[in-house]
Amino acid sequence: MTDKELQLKSVHLRKNILKYIYMAKAGHTGGSLSCVDILNVLYNRVLNVDPHEFRKPDRDRYIQSKGHSVEALFVTLADRGFFPEADLETLCQHESHYIGHPTKKVNGIEQNTGALGHGLSIGVGEAIAAKLDGKTHRIYTLLGDGELPEGSNWEAFLSAAHYKLDNLYAILDYNKQQITGNNEEVMSLDSVRDKLESFGWAVKEVDGHNLIALEEALNKGPLVAGKPSFIIAHTVKGKGVSYMEGNIKWHHGVPTAEQYQLAMSELQEAEALI
Amino acid sequence: METGKIKSKDLKMGLANQVVFANTLEELAETNKDILVVTSDSRGSGKLVPFGQKYPDQIVEVGIAEQNLVGVAAGLASAGKKPFAVSPACFITARSLEQIKNDVAYSDNPAVMVGISAGVSYGALGTTHHSLHDFAVLRAINNISIIAPADNYETEQAVRYAADSNKPVYIRLGKKPMPSLKEDDLNFEFGKGRKITEGKDLVFIASGETVYPAWLAAKELEDRHGIKATVVSMHTIKPLDTDLLDSLAEYGAPIITVEEHMVNGGLGEACASHLMQKGHRNAFVMVGIPDEYTVTGSQVEIFNYYGISKEGLYSLGKEMLL
Repeated sequence: MTDKELQLKSVHLRKNILKYIYMAKAGHTGGSLSCVDILNVLYNRVLNVDPHEFRKPDRDRYIQSKGHSVEALFVTLADRGFFPEADLETLCQHESHYIGHPTKKVNGIEQNTGALGHGLSIGVGEAIAAKLDGKTHRIYTLLGDGELPEGSNWEAFLSAAHYKLDNLYAILDYNKQQITGNNEEVMSLDSVRDKLESFGWAVKEVDGHNLIALEEALNKGPLVAGKPSFIIAHTVKGKGVSYMEGNIKWHHGVPTAEQYQLAMSELQEAEALI
Repeated sequence: METGKIKSKDLKMGLANQVVFANTLEELAETNKDILVVTSDSRGSGKLVPFGQKYPDQIVEVGIAEQNLVGVAAGLASAGKKPFAVSPACFITARSLEQIKNDVAYSDNPAVMVGISAGVSYGALGTTHHSLHDFAVLRAINNISIIAPADNYETEQAVRYAADSNKPVYIRLGKKPMPSLKEDDLNFEFGKGRKITEGKDLVFIASGETVYPAWLAAKELEDRHGIKATVVSMHTIKPLDTDLLDSLAEYGAPIITVEEHMVNGGLGEACASHLMQKGHRNAFVMVGIPDEYTVTGSQVEIFNYYGISKEGLYSLGKEMLL
């Protein structure tokens, strides 16, 4: 896949996020749009995963700790061939496996997440197991900035550094907003970089919407040998739709028909410019 | 390994169940290299120092961080390991309850949680260190079984079962030496209550460290009044052996449940719920810790205060029958 095709895919995935949230009349719109470029790069450039034989023991793991942005994960997995995209027409419907948070009943999903502050500890366990077995696969977790105040994350940060888990990558979808407002108003995180470095992690900051920069940060092995890698992906909540960008009401806002058409035409324009 | 010594004229006194847990796991870990112990600065309390010395590559220390303890165990299990997360029952089933619910049970990562020094084992250390809620909270979580072994034999069997299980398990252990309850009938089966004595005048359904006082009370009732009681070690709290409950109810005799747990949501309520729904109307009393600030004292003193004792259960049995 060329870089241009990868860029086009990001637009396609954004369209699908909006399509299925609009269809389901539910979803975490803003956060899905902020992390979807990260997922696009992971699933199309980084992760060694096989949609047709997902449970291969040596696959790379992806654990989405910020489970509520599941729509971004669903559309990425569908696009990658883990399941037919049409399955997403059942999103949030009675008896569907495609619910508002990741579940292992969906092919391609590693863990049932959704309660915040859980994914990284599971990743630490996976990474320790891989080290014990001398395996070389990598474990990626996606964290939201809103979930960083969960104390369990900091327990996991300590243990990852203690065990020198350089096969573990935590990516922060740092859109700087959460349901109530800006992170800094709700619970100050500054400076995430300083905190993580002091916890023994190697840290790199990237533009979380720059696909090439993301790939470079995620796909070149650990940032520092012997340390877990923390990628601060600076993102924009609602990225790609002008009226959603940086507007907290789109945390889990569902567009009206008119808004949906406007968003789709904006994405159409973005696509034409690539 | 420690050895047992005779302490009771009635039954051969053995080891603390949590010592047997550690010994059994040590034996299993020799051949099963997937077995890992995960501890939260709790290897000493869990009697796992020798395990750590013998198998340094099979022990994962996370420090005093119980949420991470269970989350890491879930990840290890997901990767094909057989983790036993060991921590005082009061912490592992409360501080990390959400990790048990989501990362282990809901995600179906077959970790084993071992709650040590359970119930009021910590005695005078007080309520922060008591686990009188663990049956109740875990009974309300799908896809995890609960085992509270009564004696060394049941403990060993529970550990072997958990090591082979591909489903999440919680094992609840005390720290007091326990006698062998029934040496001539070693018939532990997961999910099946174990009859320690048989009699149709009265039924005691107990679990964990309360089976022994129930046995002592039953013996006293027989010696002094000729009352023959069935004593069941209901080691598996979930799934509950409802077939056994039905057959016991058929005796028509009074049923007394005994547990080192708050009566809310514990073994007694689990039994009552089944019996009532099946239409059984036996006289029924639940003995456990009531919904109040627990009296202070040692485990024995707390047991005595609430009637979880030979004397208390003897008096109750007599009162219900005579």
